[in-house]
Amino acid sequence: MNSFEWIDASSVDEASRLLAESTHDRPVIAKAGGMDVLDLMKEGILRPARVVNLRTIQGLDGIQTDASRSLHLGALVTLAQISSDPNVLKHYGALAAAASHAATPQVRNVATLGGNLLQRPRCWYFRHEHFSGEDVAEAVRQGENQYHGIFATEQTPLVHASTPATALVAYDARVQLSSVRGQHTVAISDFLLPPDPGRDRDAALQQGEILTQVTLPALADGTQSAYRKQTERDSYDWPLCDVAVVLRRGSDARVESIAIALGWVAPTPMRATEAEAILLGHRVDEEAARRAARAAVSKAKPLSRNAYKVDVLEAVIRRTILDAATR
Amino acid sequence: MSDPASSDRSVQYGIVGDALRDVVRKVPQDEPPPWPANDQLAVVGKPTPRLDARQKVTGQALYTFDVQLDGMLFGCTVSSTVAHARIRSIDTSKAERHPGVRAVHILDRVLMTASLRDPGDEAKQRYPTVRYLGQPIAGIAATSARAAREAASLVQIEYEPLPHVVSLEEARQPDAPMIFPGPTEQPATAGGGGAQKGLDQKGNLRGPATNTRGNVDQGFADAEVVVEREYRTQVQTHVPMETHGIVADWRDDELTLYASTQFTLSVRDEAVEIFGLDPAKVRVLSEFTGGGFGAKYGIGNYGALAIHLSRKARAPVRFMLDRREEHVTVGNRPATVQQLKIGAKRDGTLTAVRLRSFGTGGVAAGAGVGSCHSTLYACSNVSTEHYDVFTNAGPAAAFRGPGQVQGIFALEQAIDEIADKLGIDPIELRDRIDTRDVDDSKARKVERHRGAQRFGWEKRRPTNADAGPIKRGVGMAQSQWYYIVHKDTECEVRVLGDGTVQAFSSAQDIGTGTRTVFAQVIAEEFGLRTEEIDARIGDSRYPAGPPSGGSRVTSSLTPAARNAAYRAAQELAKHIAPLLGCKPGEVVFSGGKVEGPTRSMGFREAIREARIDTIVQRSRRVPDYEGYARTAGDFQLSRHGIGGVQFAQISVDTETGVVKVERVLAVHDCGRPINPQLVESQIYGGVIQGVSYALYEERHLDGASGVQLNANIDQYKIVGSRETPAIEVHLIEQLGGQSSTDARGVAEPANVATAAAIANAFFNATGKRILTLPLTPANVLAALRAPDERGNA
Repeated sequence: MNSFEWIDASSVDEASRLLAESTHDRPVIAKAGGMDVLDLMKEGILRPARVVNLRTIQGLDGIQTDASRSLHLGALVTLAQISSDPNVLKHYGALAAAASHAATPQVRNVATLGGNLLQRPRCWYFRHEHFSGEDVAEAVRQGENQYHGIFATEQTPLVHASTPATALVAYDARVQLSSVRGQHTVAISDFLLPPDPGRDRDAALQQGEILTQVTLPALADGTQSAYRKQTERDSYDWPLCDVAVVLRRGSDARVESIAIALGWVAPTPMRATEAEAILLGHRVDEEAARRAARAAVSKAKPLSRNAYKVDVLEAVIRRTILDAATR
Repeated sequence: MSDPASSDRSVQYGIVGDALRDVVRKVPQDEPPPWPANDQLAVVGKPTPRLDARQKVTGQALYTFDVQLDGMLFGCTVSSTVAHARIRSIDTSKAERHPGVRAVHILDRVLMTASLRDPGDEAKQRYPTVRYLGQPIAGIAATSARAAREAASLVQIEYEPLPHVVSLEEARQPDAPMIFPGPTEQPATAGGGGAQKGLDQKGNLRGPATNTRGNVDQGFADAEVVVEREYRTQVQTHVPMETHGIVADWRDDELTLYASTQFTLSVRDEAVEIFGLDPAKVRVLSEFTGGGFGAKYGIGNYGALAIHLSRKARAPVRFMLDRREEHVTVGNRPATVQQLKIGAKRDGTLTAVRLRSFGTGGVAAGAGVGSCHSTLYACSNVSTEHYDVFTNAGPAAAFRGPGQVQGIFALEQAIDEIADKLGIDPIELRDRIDTRDVDDSKARKVERHRGAQRFGWEKRRPTNADAGPIKRGVGMAQSQWYYIVHKDTECEVRVLGDGTVQAFSSAQDIGTGTRTVFAQVIAEEFGLRTEEIDARIGDSRYPAGPPSGGSRVTSSLTPAARNAAYRAAQELAKHIAPLLGCKPGEVVFSGGKVEGPTRSMGFREAIREARIDTIVQRSRRVPDYEGYARTAGDFQLSRHGIGGVQFAQISVDTETGVVKVERVLAVHDCGRPINPQLVESQIYGGVIQGVSYALYEERHLDGASGVQLNANIDQYKIVGSRETPAIEVHLIEQLGGQSSTDARGVAEPANVATAAAIANAFFNATGKRILTLPLTPANVLAALRAPDERGNA
């Protein structure tokens, strides 16, 4: 790890100004919980001249519900906070589950929602200094790709690493970006970009901008959700895939709205639109879930070593749909 | 055996609680009287917490990583960034100009790899050929670890690349790039290992090493059922908590090495050999070692670098490997392909076993699959044929049950398959074929039945009994390992005038509890408590102790310790008897007291009153009363073995391919258990490591570059707390009448059967064989899609 300068930011504006000074020769990076930043620095992927600590900024670590019943999560809210917040648990169960299944208890106590969304891919080619500057995507396609994508792999076989992002896509969350120039919000699915080792980040975040808040829209009464992360190990593991389902049924038990989001299978968490269409307007039973799950994976194009992930994903989608319907 | 100082003595033999009888052995006359069974002893055989438990959990225990010396520098490796190349030039000038750097050294010899029989042109090269990515090339010593790493990145190496191959399958092909230009040898190091000498080598294939008895073709002709399959096992890396490392302190008159090691004396001997030193001038210290599974022997390339750098910089150098180097450069369990065919009669009698196996230990030879195929079961016709396959990958090293773990995975599944085909219960089948006249076979018979009863084997359901996607099953497999006694083991016991009892051995404690077991045996003789013995270990200046490898510490050290303590106690009795008004032979050491027929005194009080100067007794490990079957290098092999039987209950999610091991029952023998608590602890560790091997661990190499992609503990997956099954351990106490303690080992057999037991449970659960390790979702789903077993005779 290289030597670097450390600055505790006292406000979003100050942090924004400092980050705007970043140049190729003197990179300035932001650090929240520091979980991924530390890993990336140890591997030499990040070699900042200056690290701006965001944790000293007040007011970004709260969870609030506004008058319209939207839920606002400060970017410095930890995964542990999310997984134990009564409001999140009650109304946004898929997000609480995603947060509680990420990493380890120690990491969840420190890792922030903002940092989690902005972490880099867990691809073992990207993370090994040997491949820095090489065509990582091509190395993956030719090599050990058992944990990589099965959709849109021609775009990139790398997958976005955040698992809370899968739930946020299903809830149609928006993120707030702030800088000295002001604030704006953007849909989570537009914010997350296909991983590109050649870029500094895998999100639509301009230099000098800071992710300050995540907002989940109010949910209609009766909305049900479920989340499953499928790993090889339970104790601590990156997923083979994760699935979030948010649905609402009418009094006749027919599905009136549904969102199914799939993580770790495509460059960014993707909506399973074919599956959603199959379920919309119908009752959810074992057979419907089976058909929907099959449709969701029908367009998968696995790589040389990860065809098994298609089967795993199909099973997990089916199970998560049924979970959501029985909540 | 013709030793005139020996005489016939009646000793107990058999399994406590099963059948004990007296047998006559020729025993040296000055041996202590045999101990009775553990239930009649005061300290030995009693569960006793390790003496250093508090030190360890409070962070007081000092490992090599914690050594701090005045003026100490930090070492760092310069490693190859290519998988196969000749080195044209190395420019260290920029690194040398780094302000923190105090010394730079380029290696002229690489340890651990196979070496060319005829070095030929390579002998003329200035630098060793690079044969795997990550191979150590040079070392830097600097004032901080960071400065050393920075300087390492400034070393410029010009390579002349050579074609490379990293997979066993591809390296087997006749047109594969050759890792070595000619035939090789893998000499045994101070820590053992090595490969059979003088074998043929064609391309990357070295071998075959063969072992034949009887007529296998006739055996298969006589068979009424035949099973034949190809099994595959993966590369597993050792991942001890503490990485390999040495602190070298070179002085003009002495070299001191602080080492994280499994064998202090191998560190000394390799340093002596490589640096041409006087053994008396090299001291190796290993107060605590943070784990070792077979790969921590000798000084290694890092140790050679540490010593060179310390000599050049005239300062101590700490050289600890980082986690990536630990995975890549200092050992692994070889991957194997095993083509195994077994024939049997309808009653289960084995008629033929034929094995053709391949193993790759990267740039090291010695990737065999153990001896189980020819030694576990009675069979007259056996033929084994093994090839080592070189690849451009880091060298293999001994790894907890080397070879045998891989071999048992295949063999015990084949036996399970025969049982299934014949409709014989797997335990009943083993009762019929595990019949060799050796102690381990007798132990396993008891273990099978005690285990079956405790496990509830009779509740085992038919194959593939669950209708839903989650299927449960149970399986069992047997473990077999060698009973080894180290050749040169000695120890010293001192009784000081203030009543302190000290014991000395150069043996190290890698976490198994050697210090505690050593103290227990001595405490027993003096009637003291374990914690009252000042047991000193881990210093090469102490009397020679055994290596912590081959499951031989307790079998080698405890008889020597007991004998020395026994003699010291006898000598002490002579001094104390007058105080007690009795004869020396009437003095009894018990419960912290010395007792005569009419009087007793406290142990320390008696020593002080007797005004004893220091009593010193040394003793060597007396050879086993029955002798040995053979001697190999520094160890002696009994004709008897050690082993166990393990039972596993698993669940298989047939939709996701995720396997969970829910329960393991492990029944093991280790001769006389000296400290059942520590033995159980070792067995827990063996089972956990076995589950980890069976389900998760696998080195992933990128074929195009030769990079190990998961050389960390994030993506190199190891069993965690949630994957640890409920483990029950049951020990049997087996008296073999072989030594003054009758202790044998347990470390390796605890790890040998687990993967096979899980694989057999997988068959019971699903009706499919899992032929490829580890049981990842990818491998499991592939196995579940294979054609149905039952139609495939």
